[in-house]
Amino acid sequence: MLLALGTAAIVLVVLLWELARPHALAAFAATRAQLRALRVRARERREAAHLGYDPGRERRAEQRARELLRSCIEECDWAMYRDLGFLRVWGGGGGERAHVSGASYAYLIYPHRPIVAYVPQTGALLNEYCVEFPDHSRPYGSARLPDSDDVLAKWMALKADERRLIEQANMHLPGRQIDPEQVKRDLARLTRWERETGGEGWADIVRVA
Amino acid sequence: MKLLRMKPGHGEILLAEGDVEVAEEEQRLIEAFRRELDAGMWAAVPSERRDGRRAAELVKSFGDVPRDAERVIFFPRAAGGSPHGADQAATR
Repeated sequence: MLLALGTAAIVLVVLLWELARPHALAAFAATRAQLRALRVRARERREAAHLGYDPGRERRAEQRARELLRSCIEECDWAMYRDLGFLRVWGGGGGERAHVSGASYAYLIYPHRPIVAYVPQTGALLNEYCVEFPDHSRPYGSARLPDSDDVLAKWMALKADERRLIEQANMHLPGRQIDPEQVKRDLARLTRWERETGGEGWADIVRVA
Repeated sequence: MKLLRMKPGHGEILLAEGDVEVAEEEQRLIEAFRRELDAGMWAAVPSERRDGRRAAELVKSFGDVPRDAERVIFFPRAAGGSPHGADQAATR
């Protein structure tokens, strides 16, 4: 009797563990990520303290970065980033076909968030590509580029050598870091925005949407 | 030609500027270019095609830079990101 009860208890514990394991592992990973982020922020604060606090530095840096981004990308792309906060880049190496409705996939570039690949015709999300451009010299206590510089770095790397950038990135399924519902809302905003602002420079893009 | 570098907390900085047709200035550009590549930077040349589309090219040596390029932009090489990167972004 005791043996049977003991066996049943063990089986029950194992079953419960199997059920709870995905949640437990996810919670463990999230806690580790938070602790790591706290350590990084603490280190950045310590390093920044040595350099003197300048509340306007990041704002000025971002302003410069926005001007640089604007000077490098097309006017319609700049308007997209200014109005929506992200950039869309057609997949396929940035060649001629990548600009027309035949593009089979595209990327959304967010500042300091993963690049999201999706199917323009259906809006189906494909992957998240997590990639960073850390400057380990940490000139002002942080390795992070200004937001618009991060976007420009991703844009240039995708345009110049899509495969190389994707190979450097950590690939995850949609939803790992960016809420898929948020991306879908962004794609809907993009479609609306393109309809409202449609002009000569947007013609091929509107056909895809 | 201008050599620019993206910099955290600052935006881009001008590393060097010169005319590639003037030997002395070209040499200065080449040295600055090498310094950045040795520091692990990627170098990109933004450009505009004949149809008005914007593009970019990653170059690995000064010899790969088109002679008529106006700018070369250096930025830290790409690295696979991790969830804590997003956490940092979210908390800023």
